[in-house]
Amino acid sequence: MAMTENESGQEVRFLKEVGMPRLHKVIFLVLLGFLIALPFMVYPIFAMKVMCFALFAAAFNLLLGFGGLLSFGHAAYFGGASYVAAHAAKVWGFTPELAVLAGTLAAALLGLAIGSLAIRRQGIYFAMVTLAFAQMVYFFALQAKFTGGEDGIQSVPRGDLFGMFPLQDNIALYFFVLAITFGGILALYRIVHSPFGQVLKAIRENEPRAISLGYQVNRYKLMVFTLSATFAGLAGATKSQVFQLASLTDVHWSMSGEVVLMTLLGGMGTIFGPLVGAAIIVTMQNYLATFGAWVTIIQGVIFVLGVLLFREGIIGVISRLLKRRL
Amino acid sequence: MGQLLLGLINGSFYAVLSLGLAVIFGLLNIINFSHGAQYMMGAFVAWMLLNYLGIGYWPALVLAPLIVGATGIVLEKVALSRLYKLDHLYGLLLTFGIALIIQGLFRNYYGISGLPYQIPEALSGGQNLGFMFLPNYRAWIVVASVVVCFSTWFMIEKTRLGAYLRAATENPALVGAFGINVPRMITLTYGFGVALAAFAGVLAAPIYAVNPNMGADLIIVVFAVVVIGGMGSIMGAIVTGYGLGLIEGLTRVFYPEGSAVVIFVIMAIVLLIKPEGLFGRAA
Repeated sequence: MAMTENESGQEVRFLKEVGMPRLHKVIFLVLLGFLIALPFMVYPIFAMKVMCFALFAAAFNLLLGFGGLLSFGHAAYFGGASYVAAHAAKVWGFTPELAVLAGTLAAALLGLAIGSLAIRRQGIYFAMVTLAFAQMVYFFALQAKFTGGEDGIQSVPRGDLFGMFPLQDNIALYFFVLAITFGGILALYRIVHSPFGQVLKAIRENEPRAISLGYQVNRYKLMVFTLSATFAGLAGATKSQVFQLASLTDVHWSMSGEVVLMTLLGGMGTIFGPLVGAAIIVTMQNYLATFGAWVTIIQGVIFVLGVLLFREGIIGVISRLLKRRL
Repeated sequence: MGQLLLGLINGSFYAVLSLGLAVIFGLLNIINFSHGAQYMMGAFVAWMLLNYLGIGYWPALVLAPLIVGATGIVLEKVALSRLYKLDHLYGLLLTFGIALIIQGLFRNYYGISGLPYQIPEALSGGQNLGFMFLPNYRAWIVVASVVVCFSTWFMIEKTRLGAYLRAATENPALVGAFGINVPRMITLTYGFGVALAAFAGVLAAPIYAVNPNMGADLIIVVFAVVVIGGMGSIMGAIVTGYGLGLIEGLTRVFYPEGSAVVIFVIMAIVLLIKPEGLFGRAA
C-alpha cells in the first residue's frame, strides 16, 4: 500500500513539472512576437539562417545537454537532410513541405543506423565514432553522383507550399521557415519535459542506477540519438530550401564543431541556450566574413575560453543568477 | 605493388599518430583533438627552419618535434591541466578549439595552397627492385616510423620509466604516494605524444605539400583507427595503424571508389562484433 501512495505522490509532482512554467511561456511568446517582426527589420535570409541553426543547436542539445551524449558528427544529419531535400525539390519536383519531410526522414534513418552502432561505445569513443561516420557521409557526398561533388546541388527551385502558396518571396518563405523551426523547438521542449525526457536525465546523471531501476538504457539512448538526428535533419532540410543550395560545407566536420560551439556558448542543458548560441555564432560569422580565417581563430578562442572559464554558457549563468531554469 | 607501398606509407603515419594518441590517452584520459594540427605544425616548423634559418631536413627531424613538443607542454600546463577533475569530454572540446586556432593562424599567414619542401639529397632517387621502383624517401618513411614505434613500445613496456608510466596509468594516486611527481610525468607525456605527431609531420613534409589543412582530415581517419584498435595497448595501436594502411592500399587496387571509406566500414564491423576494439579492454 505504501508503495502505491508513494508512486501516486510522485506522479502529482511529476505532472507539475511536465506543464510549461509561466516564465517559459512568456519567453516563448515574446520570442514569437519578436520573430514575427524580425523580417521587417533585418535581411530575411539572415534571420532564416539564424532560425535554422537555432533548431539545429536545439536538436544537438537534446542529445548532449539532456542525453549526456557528445556527438561530433551531427553535420551528417544536417547536411545529409539538406542534400536529400535539395535533390527532392530539384530533381523529383517535390513541393517544399514534402522535400523538407523527405530530408528529415533520411536524417532519421541515418541517425538510426549510425546511432545503433555508436551507442555501443561510451564517452570519448562515442564522440570519435560519430565523427568517423560523419566523415564517411562526407566522402559519400563528395563522390556520389547525385550530390554534385564539389559544386553541391545548386539553384534548388523554391516551389509552392502544398502546391498552392508560392514561396519565391522572401517574406512568405520566412513564415514557412518560422513555422517549421519554432514548431521544431517547441516539439523538442515537449520531448525534454516528457516522461521520456525525465528518464534521459536519469541516465545522464547515473547510468548504472537507471539500469538497476529496469530501464533499457540503450533503447533510450538510441531513441534520443535518432530524435536528435531527425530534428537536425529538419533544420538542414529547411536550410537547403532557404539558400536553394546543398553543399559540402553542410556535411563537413567543421559544421559538427560549430553546433557544439553554439550549444556550449549558449549553455548546454538549458532550453534557450542553444538558440542564443546559434544567434551569436551566425551573427559573428556574418559580420566577420570579410576577415577570412580569423573567424576560425575566434571560434577556436571562444571554444577554449568557454571550456576553461565559462562552462555553464550564457544562459546557464543567467539561469544561475536568476535561480530559475531557463 | 605501388598502391600497396602507398598503403604502407599511409599506415606508417596512422601508426605514429595513433601511437601518440594512445600514449596521451593512457595517462591523461583525453583524446587529443589537436593531434592533427600538431602534425601539421611539425611539417610547418621544418619548413620554417629551412626557409628562415637554413636548417636542413636532418636537424629538423629532431628540432621540429622538440619545438612542437614544447608548445604542447605549455598547452598542458596552461590549459589542459585545469580540466582533469572534470568530465573528459571537456578535454576533447578544449583541444578541438586549440586545433581551430592553430589551423586558422597558419591558414591566415601561409594560405591554403601548400608550400613545397624538398626531399633531402641523401634520400632522393630510388631503387629498381625488378618488379617495382622504390623511391628511397618512401622506404625511409617506413623504416623511420617502424624505428620510432618500436622504440616507443620498448621505452613504455621494458624500461623503468615506462613502468612508472604504466603504473601511473593504472593508479596515479598510489604512484604519487611513492614519491613520483605524477603531474610532471603527465606534462612530459603530453609533450612526448605531441612530439610524435610533429615527427610524423616532418616525415610527411617532403611527400605531401606543407598545408594548414593537412592534418585535419587525416586525424579523423586516425580516430577511426584508434576506435578499431582500442587504446588499451601500445602494440595494438601500432599494429592496427600499419594493418589498416595496407588494407586501404589493397582496396585502392581492387575497388578504388571504396578506398576513402574502407576504414570507416571496418570500424562499423568491429563495433558490431567486438565493440571494445581489437586490442581494447572491455570498459
